[in-house]
Amino acid sequence: MTTRGRLRRSVARWTIVVVVGGYLLLPLVAMAEFSTRGDFGSRSLDAWIAIAEDPNLVEAIITTLSIAALTAVGMLVLLVPTITWTYLRAPRMKRPVEFLCLLPIAIPAIVLVVGIVPIYSILTRATRGNPLVLVFIDIILVLPYAHRAIDAGLRSIDVATLAEAARSLGAGWPRVMFQVIAPNLRGAILSAAVISVALVLGEFTISSLLNYDTLQVVINLLGKRDSFVSVAVSLAALLFAFLLIFGITAVAGGQRRQVEEPIEEGVA
Amino acid sequence: MSLSPAVSAHEGRSGVSVQLAGLHRHYGPVHALDGLDLEIAPGELVALLGPSGCGKTTALRALAGLDTPDAGRIVVDGRDITEVPANHRDMGMVFQAYSLFPNMTARDNVAYGLRLRGMDGQARRRRADEMLELVGLLAQGTRYPYQLSGGQQQRIALARALAIEPKVLLLDEPLSALDAKVRRQLRDEIRRIQISVGTTTLFVTHDQEEALALGDRVGVMSSGRLEQIAAPTELYERPRTAFVAEFVGLTNKIRGVAQGGAVEVFGTRLPLLDGSATSGPVFALVRPEAVRLTPEEGAAARVLAVSFLGSVCRVQVELPGRELVGAQTSPEDAMQLSPGTAVRVEVQAAGIFAVEDGGTARP
Repeated sequence: MTTRGRLRRSVARWTIVVVVGGYLLLPLVAMAEFSTRGDFGSRSLDAWIAIAEDPNLVEAIITTLSIAALTAVGMLVLLVPTITWTYLRAPRMKRPVEFLCLLPIAIPAIVLVVGIVPIYSILTRATRGNPLVLVFIDIILVLPYAHRAIDAGLRSIDVATLAEAARSLGAGWPRVMFQVIAPNLRGAILSAAVISVALVLGEFTISSLLNYDTLQVVINLLGKRDSFVSVAVSLAALLFAFLLIFGITAVAGGQRRQVEEPIEEGVA
Repeated sequence: MSLSPAVSAHEGRSGVSVQLAGLHRHYGPVHALDGLDLEIAPGELVALLGPSGCGKTTALRALAGLDTPDAGRIVVDGRDITEVPANHRDMGMVFQAYSLFPNMTARDNVAYGLRLRGMDGQARRRRADEMLELVGLLAQGTRYPYQLSGGQQQRIALARALAIEPKVLLLDEPLSALDAKVRRQLRDEIRRIQISVGTTTLFVTHDQEEALALGDRVGVMSSGRLEQIAAPTELYERPRTAFVAEFVGLTNKIRGVAQGGAVEVFGTRLPLLDGSATSGPVFALVRPEAVRLTPEEGAAARVLAVSFLGSVCRVQVELPGRELVGAQTSPEDAMQLSPGTAVRVEVQAAGIFAVEDGGTARP
């Protein structure tokens, strides 16, 4: 490629980065600017400090993070063995499982809520209104995205051959799952977990309709009372999700070591 | 269950005996195994050869415990293991696809089976290193599978399979994903290692050259059954069925009439091999190396093409009536032949196999 061609490509690349980056960052910068406004044009961190001083907000943050963690774990326990099993022992079930996992995208949140209200009224009574019961509905909500991530991971390895190789060496099914399949799905499992956490952090509709005080519901209420704190918390939640994604991407990327050239063939 | 005389000849080597008796496996209407009987002597390497879909891989997978036969028995070392799960069978297996665990180094892959058997860390490492040395890849012990070439990965897979000192070694077309040169190298290496460790081995392939080069005996399979199992030379020189004669090696089908235990091919009367059709119109199955070509003015046959294959040349000849015959000659003889050369065609063979014209050989 000529120097001119390289320059043109470089300019095009940076233009895309600046435009897309600007589009994504501008609202965040605006939020940061808004949440740090003080009196008479000064800058202040009052809104950010207020986050820690509001007990409702702190409780909502802890609740939401707990729901996010439990949802990620529950989703993995449910989904990883199920999809792996469809690959190994029941290939005919791949499509039905995929269909079931995609259903939550097609069903509007309000319809889901109407459907689950009778169950949740029992659960709410039984748990005295513990918001952690939202984990069950959140697991359903994250299924379409988590399924995609795990399915892509399983497609990238020859799971049937690896399982058979482990079996022939003497491994039972639990060892096949935990020692052979799961370590090779690390990236996919982390992606599915990140998507689940991000989704739970942003979930408002169902929590609100079921009258649970999760972070988004509290932010919404706060926005009506103190818009500065509300925006600060929203920005903090977004930054937390970003940091989580970056962190997990870095961890997952660590396993993809630099590929070296295979050594020449030949009998040593 | 006692072993047949052909199998007993291999006894005395280390390893265990294997018997597959009346194995059936159906996938819907498809009979992958249709009453397969196979005996392998201790320490013997049997190569199962056949076209795609003949049931050879199904037989191997049934022996490994990765597929369950609908009927029949699998006996290893005198013990019926038909119902034993794959992870309790003590079989070492090398797969057609690369099967090293991507999350483990070459050494950890080799040691994995030993870890499952509870061997302590140092002994495991020592044994893994021994196996890596056996396949000539000790220096690559710390590499991950993606850092190894295809041939190296299959050699590590072989070391992994042998590390657990399996009762039986199962090789499911382990060379088919490799290029020709590496394939030949690894083929020779597999044979060397198999002889040195003496493990009873079943090798499945669709490549006849591989099967003939590796096997103590070669079993040719068709439609879920064994057509013939014999030593490579016997299989090549004395095929028992038309399928075997046509599948193993290149074969010309020449029309002739069988009479009195012989058939006339290109003017030469040749004795018929056992199992041949003995009377009436037949196809004589003639190997290219048995065909002799002599340039001769006015001869009716014409050379169509000459292909140089290194140590030999393949010559295609057209007979009157547009019938084609393939011959194999030395490069020196081939120098006298060029497309259009008139040649006299003869057959030189101690015996010949014939099948009925339009039918199969007599059972």
